[in-house]
Amino acid sequence: MKRSAVPIAVAVLAAALVGLLVYGVVARKDDTSLDAAVQKGQRPQAPGSAVSLPTLDGSTQRSLAQLRGRVVVLNFWASWCGPCEQEAPVLEKAQQQLAQNGGTVLGVTYKDDAGASRDFVRRYKLTYPSLRDDKLALAPKFGTNKLPETFVLDKSGRVVALSRGEVSQTFLMQAIDRAQAS
Amino acid sequence: MRAAVLAALAVLLLAPAGAGAVQPRASFNDVEDEVMCDTCNVPLNVADSDRADQERATIRKLIAQGLTKDQIKAELKRTYGPAILAMPQDSGFSLAVWWVPVAVVVALLALLVALLPRWRRRGRADEAFAAAHAPALSEADARRLDEDLARYDA
Repeated sequence: MKRSAVPIAVAVLAAALVGLLVYGVVARKDDTSLDAAVQKGQRPQAPGSAVSLPTLDGSTQRSLAQLRGRVVVLNFWASWCGPCEQEAPVLEKAQQQLAQNGGTVLGVTYKDDAGASRDFVRRYKLTYPSLRDDKLALAPKFGTNKLPETFVLDKSGRVVALSRGEVSQTFLMQAIDRAQAS
Repeated sequence: MRAAVLAALAVLLLAPAGAGAVQPRASFNDVEDEVMCDTCNVPLNVADSDRADQERATIRKLIAQGLTKDQIKAELKRTYGPAILAMPQDSGFSLAVWWVPVAVVVALLALLVALLPRWRRRGRADEAFAAAHAPALSEADARRLDEDLARYDA
């Protein structure tokens, strides 16, 4: 190795390691592109509409694309999540209202034991369907990595409103009204 | 004849061990430290969350069903994906966990190979320079040094 090659090689190695570290940190950053678009008053197309997930009993698979033409309240939840218990009655109430107009709440469990999810549904007498996202095929596309999170989609599958955290009755009803009006 | 007897003895000794060999029952602690809390991104054995408790309950249930450690890990991986295992995945960005340490060691070795001869050359040159430019002892100092050394030897 020539005399000048040594510091160059060390510098390249150090730069590569720093680059790797930066990439590792940046890659873990939360995706808030949906939030930004909705905040600007835009209605971005809901991501992952083709992603098919199993129902809680595993009997069939469903996707958001199959619900096109209906207002959908997409709710990510888990039985181990405290705020999810708090908002379950609010979502069930929204389901009762949506069902009259052909819409639906669609629950998606986020890394949850299937048996515990089914117990949760029974305990809160939830009548809307839920899908299992154990391998996180859908949640990350919505930037979801905490629970609960709720996205209101219009009939064209566009995101009208979103709530990161426990959803309130007022927010949900207003968002559903906007989605139904479009 | 002797070989046949030895072979028969070997069969007698080994057969019961093989026939009776069973997979050891999984120990909870042994599984727990090889699994991640998949929502808190820390190993399950140090995780403190509701999801971690749920994962522990799942592991206990699988142990009660008689599954071995490998079977439990395979079942968790099948359900929740490879990220649930504490061992880094062998694909994508996670591969960096394996190749970065190797690359660093190789680079350091290369650096040593490149620098050691130079350091040795420089050391020899310094010694030669010091020898060439060392101030000569005066006769009085040389005599005193010899006397001191003789005292030490005595």
